Amino acid sequence: MITEALILSAILFVIGTFGMLVRRNAIIMFLCIELQLNAVNVAFVAFSNLYGIDGQIFVFFVMTVAAAEAAVGLAIIISIFRHYESVDVGNFNLLKW
Amino acid sequence: MTTLLFYVFAGIAIGAAIGVVISKSPVGSLLFMVTTLAAIAGTFVLMEAHFLAAVQVIVYAGAIMVLFLFVIMLLNLGHEAQRDLKGGAFAVVSAGVVGAMAGLLAMQLRGSEVTPTGAGAAEIAAATAQYGAVGAIARPLYTTYVVPFEITGILLLVAVVGAVVLAKRSES
Repeated sequence: MITEALILSAILFVIGTFGMLVRRNAIIMFLCIELQLNAVNVAFVAFSNLYGIDGQIFVFFVMTVAAAEAAVGLAIIISIFRHYESVDVGNFNLLKW
Repeated sequence: MTTLLFYVFAGIAIGAAIGVVISKSPVGSLLFMVTTLAAIAGTFVLMEAHFLAAVQVIVYAGAIMVLFLFVIMLLNLGHEAQRDLKGGAFAVVSAGVVGAMAGLLAMQLRGSEVTPTGAGAAEIAAATAQYGAVGAIARPLYTTYVVPFEITGILLLVAVVGAVVLAKRSES
């Protein structure tokens, strides 16, 4: 089952990356980052079946970091929305070259 | 039976993950994401990570996704009907990059013909039998990994303060 879990992890990570690249809605880009983090979690849990419980502890830390990242990221999106009245990343051109 | 269930959960997770990317409305994307997270929790149970499956459902699907839903509702984005996928050359380049990534990962996995085995599963089973599903993960968390655990607490505090400062309406 470990090989299957690693394949699942790879597929989810690739889907997350693709979504991150092609969507314009900032919130959905965040969701795709969460998807990537979850793909990594699946890989960690699969490897914990090989190397012991340390992998599961790393999943715990990844979840905490994901929660912190979601809180700060959504706060940034709210403050950007106040300024531009939009969450479309095509409209955020202040730092565009 | 376990392998069959794993394939079912994996199929649901992948299908819902594709739904996250192609769904038109943000709320639809979010509900697909909750489905993905629940299916991943199912695979965690099948891989003997019972505590993480519970945390996945309670914290990820329960708390983080509700936070996303709050923001979507607060900003009134729930009814966007037009597609916001980037088109043209950018989508082609993205597909190329992602395809190259998928190819690399597939090559890595194809190289290992033998089924990987290790002592981890037996070790976890012994710890679970002795201390229970929570105790098995709590003992190393509070002994070997106690310093990262405390730093995680500081990280969450910083995140809370940062979120409040960023989302607060400026007085001027």
